[in-house]
Amino acid sequence: MKHATEEELFAYRDGDAKGRQAMAAHLKECAECRAELSRLEEVFAALDAMPVPDPGEDYGTRVWRQIAPRLPEKRAKWWEAFLVPQRLAVAGAVAALVIAAFLAGRITVVDGPERAAADPSTVGERVLVVAVGQHLGKSEMVLVELSNAQPASGQKLINIAAEQRRAESLVEENRLYRQTAVQSGDRAIASTLDELERVLLDVANSPGEVTPAQFESIQKRIAERGILLKVRVVRQELRTAETGRKSQPAQTDSTAKERNKV
Amino acid sequence: MRASGEQAEGVAISDAVAVERTLAGEREAYRVLVERHSAYVYRLAYRMTGNKEDAEEVVQEAFLRAYQKLQQFAGNANFGTWVYRIAANYAIDRLRQRKNEDSRREQPARVAEGEPETDPLSEVKDARPSPERLAGSAQLAARMKEALDTLTPAERTAIVMRHWDGCGIEEIAAVLKSNTSAAKNTVFRAVQKLRLALKPFVEPRGAARAVGTES
Repeated sequence: MKHATEEELFAYRDGDAKGRQAMAAHLKECAECRAELSRLEEVFAALDAMPVPDPGEDYGTRVWRQIAPRLPEKRAKWWEAFLVPQRLAVAGAVAALVIAAFLAGRITVVDGPERAAADPSTVGERVLVVAVGQHLGKSEMVLVELSNAQPASGQKLINIAAEQRRAESLVEENRLYRQTAVQSGDRAIASTLDELERVLLDVANSPGEVTPAQFESIQKRIAERGILLKVRVVRQELRTAETGRKSQPAQTDSTAKERNKV
Repeated sequence: MRASGEQAEGVAISDAVAVERTLAGEREAYRVLVERHSAYVYRLAYRMTGNKEDAEEVVQEAFLRAYQKLQQFAGNANFGTWVYRIAANYAIDRLRQRKNEDSRREQPARVAEGEPETDPLSEVKDARPSPERLAGSAQLAARMKEALDTLTPAERTAIVMRHWDGCGIEEIAAVLKSNTSAAKNTVFRAVQKLRLALKPFVEPRGAARAVGTES
């Protein structure tokens, strides 16, 4: 019978089921192939003999000490970040004051049709509208700056490090808003945020300095997706929605209204 | 000295609970995961990078990335396996980047964009010392280290994951971003290259035969 190839012997050694029985039978009969298999085995024995330095028993603790200062605060669920009192500190002092005052005002209204307004989902929606609007504004600025920039003729490298860093910080924010929009079933916003995320990622993953050709390609990608227009449309819609809400008084309790002005 | 996360807890919490608590904003819970899985990830990282400094950097980066992506982690999966894979992905990218930088420095004329990873086998052959010079396990380990360094990043990742960590071919394929058949071939290619590099040491002269021939 033909001797086994190196690949067949390796596959057998590796536990490959294909042709296993036939190979086992052949190896029983063929001393040469057995010797070849044992030579192959020596490679694995040599690999096993490779030492890995012991990092020490406290290695895990050392890793923790090194990375702990670099770990960003984890935000829990979007709504919790704004609604749960202990999370208010994380969400930021200003936002905390505004939301707490807003909630306090709502909670004082017990009866009447306005009670629905105290529903956290309504509150969350309103906060989301404002937050997404601001996020879109910041993203729009980055994209406009990139789209409108015109490198000087003969310029070999264009520095976009500032835009790249801003895009990087907006990506994570964008992801949170997109997920929230998906969860609350707002497909239009989710879709725009999804497209925006791709563009932001594009910019965030670019080098800090790009050649004119690379820069042109970034501008082209922004233009091709028509993302600036989409962002502007959504921002406008959000503004309209927010204005609509403001023009319809949500409650009759004057004290609550006063508190909500904070 | 401050007690470790697990010691401070009194009773060790499971990975799943640690993940949940981390996601709920309890950053200290992540410490449990880091302390529990660092050594395992370090072994992978060391075998892939071949040195302590790079291995430690890979471990840190893997845990940082895992923390950032923790929301994507499926609760029913194994955190250890997941962070291992993140480390393998990061290490292979690093190896590729380093290889590219090295070849750009050493052979600027040969490196063109899109050129496949160079076959380091020829370098192994050229640098091969005589069997007489290789005696003892220390030399064997040193020779193996050199041979591993000449593998392509994909081959090195494949052999480390398959041989030392017993990973399935599917898992290796996922890290290599290839299909299972290609991943299997990559493992085999790595073995072939290592064998060739070690031949003078582990095989007596003339011991090897032409495989696939009639007996």
